[in-house]
Amino acid sequence: MTDLTSLTLAEARDGLVAKSFSSLQLTDAHLAAIEAARVLNAYVLETPEQARNMAKAADDRIAKGEAGPLEGLPLGIKDLFATKGVRTTACSKILDGFTPPYESTVTSQLWRDGAVLLGKLNNDEFAMGSSNETSCFGPVVNPWRRDGSDTKLVPGGSSGGSASAVAAGLCLGATATDTGGSIRQPAAFTGTVGIKPTYGRCSRWGIVAFASSLDQAGPIARTVRDSAILLRSMAGHDPKDTTSVDRAVPDYESAVGRSVKGMKIGIPKEYRIDGMPAEIEALWKQGADWLKAAGAELVEVSLPHTKYALPAYYIVAPAEASSNLARYDGVRYGARVNGRNITEMYENTRAQGFGAEVRRRIMIGTYVLSAGYYDAYYLRAQKVRTLIKRDFEDCFAQGVSAILTPATPSAAFGIGEKGGADPVEMYLNDIFTVTVNMAGLPGIAVPAGKDAQGLPLGLQLIGRPFDEETLFSLGEVIEQAAGRFTAAKWWI
Amino acid sequence: MNAPVKPSKLIKGATGDWEIVIGLEVHAQVSSKSKLFSAAATEFGGDPNAHVSLVDAAMPGMLPVINEECVKQAVRTGLGLNAQINLRSTFDRKNYFYPDLPQGYQISQYKSPIVGEGVIQVDVEDGEGVSVGIERLHLEQDAGKLLHDQNPTMSLVDLNRSGVALMEIVSKPDIRSAEQAKAYVSKLRTILRYLGTCDGDMEKGSLRADVNVSVRKPGGPLGTRCEIKNVNSIRFVGQAVDYEARRQIGILEDGGTINQETRLFDAGRGETRSMRSKEEAHDYRYFPDPDLLPLEFDQAFVDALKAELPELPDAKKARFIADFGLSADDAGVLVSERESAEFYEAVLGELANPLRDGKLAANWVINELFGRLNKEGVAIEASPVSAAQLAAIVDLIGEATISGKIAKELFEIVWQQGGDPRAIVDARGMKQVTDSGAIEKVVDDIVNANPDKVAQAQAKPALIGWFVGQVMKSSGGKANPQTVNDLLKRKLGL
Repeated sequence: MTDLTSLTLAEARDGLVAKSFSSLQLTDAHLAAIEAARVLNAYVLETPEQARNMAKAADDRIAKGEAGPLEGLPLGIKDLFATKGVRTTACSKILDGFTPPYESTVTSQLWRDGAVLLGKLNNDEFAMGSSNETSCFGPVVNPWRRDGSDTKLVPGGSSGGSASAVAAGLCLGATATDTGGSIRQPAAFTGTVGIKPTYGRCSRWGIVAFASSLDQAGPIARTVRDSAILLRSMAGHDPKDTTSVDRAVPDYESAVGRSVKGMKIGIPKEYRIDGMPAEIEALWKQGADWLKAAGAELVEVSLPHTKYALPAYYIVAPAEASSNLARYDGVRYGARVNGRNITEMYENTRAQGFGAEVRRRIMIGTYVLSAGYYDAYYLRAQKVRTLIKRDFEDCFAQGVSAILTPATPSAAFGIGEKGGADPVEMYLNDIFTVTVNMAGLPGIAVPAGKDAQGLPLGLQLIGRPFDEETLFSLGEVIEQAAGRFTAAKWWI
Repeated sequence: MNAPVKPSKLIKGATGDWEIVIGLEVHAQVSSKSKLFSAAATEFGGDPNAHVSLVDAAMPGMLPVINEECVKQAVRTGLGLNAQINLRSTFDRKNYFYPDLPQGYQISQYKSPIVGEGVIQVDVEDGEGVSVGIERLHLEQDAGKLLHDQNPTMSLVDLNRSGVALMEIVSKPDIRSAEQAKAYVSKLRTILRYLGTCDGDMEKGSLRADVNVSVRKPGGPLGTRCEIKNVNSIRFVGQAVDYEARRQIGILEDGGTINQETRLFDAGRGETRSMRSKEEAHDYRYFPDPDLLPLEFDQAFVDALKAELPELPDAKKARFIADFGLSADDAGVLVSERESAEFYEAVLGELANPLRDGKLAANWVINELFGRLNKEGVAIEASPVSAAQLAAIVDLIGEATISGKIAKELFEIVWQQGGDPRAIVDARGMKQVTDSGAIEKVVDDIVNANPDKVAQAQAKPALIGWFVGQVMKSSGGKANPQTVNDLLKRKLGL
């Protein structure tokens, strides 16, 4: 039998339907792969017993002809999603031992459709980071290595566990979340596909909040088709999240392979930043050529406020985070470090419970919302946000179907290499992705080539609101042209 | 407001007159089955933490969803306050740490409240009415409560109230005396209770006031204000204002200055004490709540609520005066509590001839019934005399079947023993005698037996009262007083 962990999610689905193997076999193969790949530190909690029980139940449903769209397919879940009865910590010490009595809407829809839970995936603490190095469970290792080197590389972040697990064959697909690039940047760093859907497409209910107006769930998967299959189950209106949108969820998979002929693709000149490596520039050009060859028309577009996006993002996101994280106070759940009075208890709990990057962002956020600074920072950042949104609207009003950009300014870097002295060095990873969150648009990262050292690089496609279908169609063109990227399993 | 103030409202100090300027922020708990942003019950009482949802406890990943009924209640209240209803309003987060605040922020409406400016008419006991402007009304969450007496080393938290909807109703600084402040809260409470948007129960904390007080020389620039937090009875509002005004005047007259600060009212000592100064005030870091979209509805939504509004106390009072000839005072007493007005209207509904006897009924409701209820400490809902029974008594007076004096006896019997008043009158022979032949005999007997009194009465007609009394006495109170009067006037030649 072929290695069940090397299948795509679509292939595994078809194999289950054809009864080539059972969900239990598929699940066991993944559990074994997870055990063998602990050096990657992708999972922070493995749930083998639950996985096998769910797999058996799935096999029963398949036997009875009651299979759901994801029946029997083993998935990994980012530790930001609340999973009922399964420890959920957002990879923060402050949620040490927290086991929610509720299931997030997104994951409950996956289980409704028959998927199997393999375990909880590592991420940057509270999704704050671009390298998965801020997790209280330690950094995740990228399955990719530079040619001829055994330097451990980061998988990107914050959904580093999700990206690493998908790239290493430790699940067929994974849930992830994206506040400033946390799905797309790790996907680009690991040769996987990640889509952040339109804000409001997936419910945020039961996902540990980072920045409410930017957070959005999405999948990381091995192919464009797999990501389309997963998003269809994850998306949908939820009355428990008033920012989720009541709009039918299309059959995204049917958009995969659809012709892109005649589509106008925007190439934004402002994304040609100073010091951009030549190989990123070349990759971008290559991607444009592939789309052109498939019948799309390329047009240069302008998104004039792009350069303000990153600074504005690093005001809005920490501001919301400083308030969202106030609930972790040691009073009702999670970690508590006592003190002589309530103020000391708060101080001790939060000083010891939060890591350095989370503390930094809480302080930035508290500062920008303070009396006397609110107008100069928060209010101004919100105005910038409106302008960024308008840039995209103007662009789409010219008949542009999607915008093509690089996903990241570089390939994966080494663990400990960046941000040690200057956090901005790390923040710059999100330069191509934050604009999409600020505007609430959908964005997909698709692997498109390798850098000189053999590391995968990704391209990003940005779509109109709720037009994820076009992104899947265009992404498929790139995937077909670029081929798939599979890391060598050096850890076995 | 710089309208001239009546001298009676001023306080005399050693350096001359002082004017008090008062504004109130009233927190009224919205009457609703569930909380502002969660489905947990709002029921009062219950074991600690019995009414707490995942949202109320601020579990990770929980999101607020606005309760439409609370929005309707706020709109109804706004309409009752003659206020601007804002078709678009927004929710903000007020950030601070306290163990009774699970989210670490209170969801409130800071920049764009659901209700804007309005005005209410306030009646003060001395008869002077005053218009008090409403600045705004906004929706916000209540906090939980700390229990300090359950554990020797720790305070415990009860989140039953956490997330319950409050309306904060902010007045303009239009109030000039403790009496007016009390009357304002009282009127506001009456309106809320008529609307059914807040039960107004101050003992349970459903209604509480933050009182802002400053003093100035009449017509001068506004003084520095102090805010007295969480005053929980109307009487205390008056006491807090009086104490605080005199305290501020004392400081100013001694050459001192007022520090802007938050104070608390100590009901036991009847004084206010400093809680925190302006420098110690929190920086609440308000910002729009990103979990909630702006609250938007259309004019049709408002109009539908408006169409269903009950008659409010001012309109009811005017109607009582116009339709039944009630005095302003009597009408005011009847409408001051929703239950009183409802009882009176129930009596009206039972009367055979409400237009003729409406005023008489009002006298009976106020003087006999309320008087007795007050004396016995019985609430109107538990009145032993029903509206139908009281209406029957009034009917009997109105149709001249019994006299007022007999009616009081009848009321006493009904109060004590219940029963149908008309049947009691029949059974006990309490009908007044209108047969002038029978009365004439009694009149003649008394006139003939008292020639000296006759002479006196002829000289001074007011003395006819003595004869009336004698006749009524010998008839056992059953003689019709009008008949007696007419006969006596004729016999005495008056």
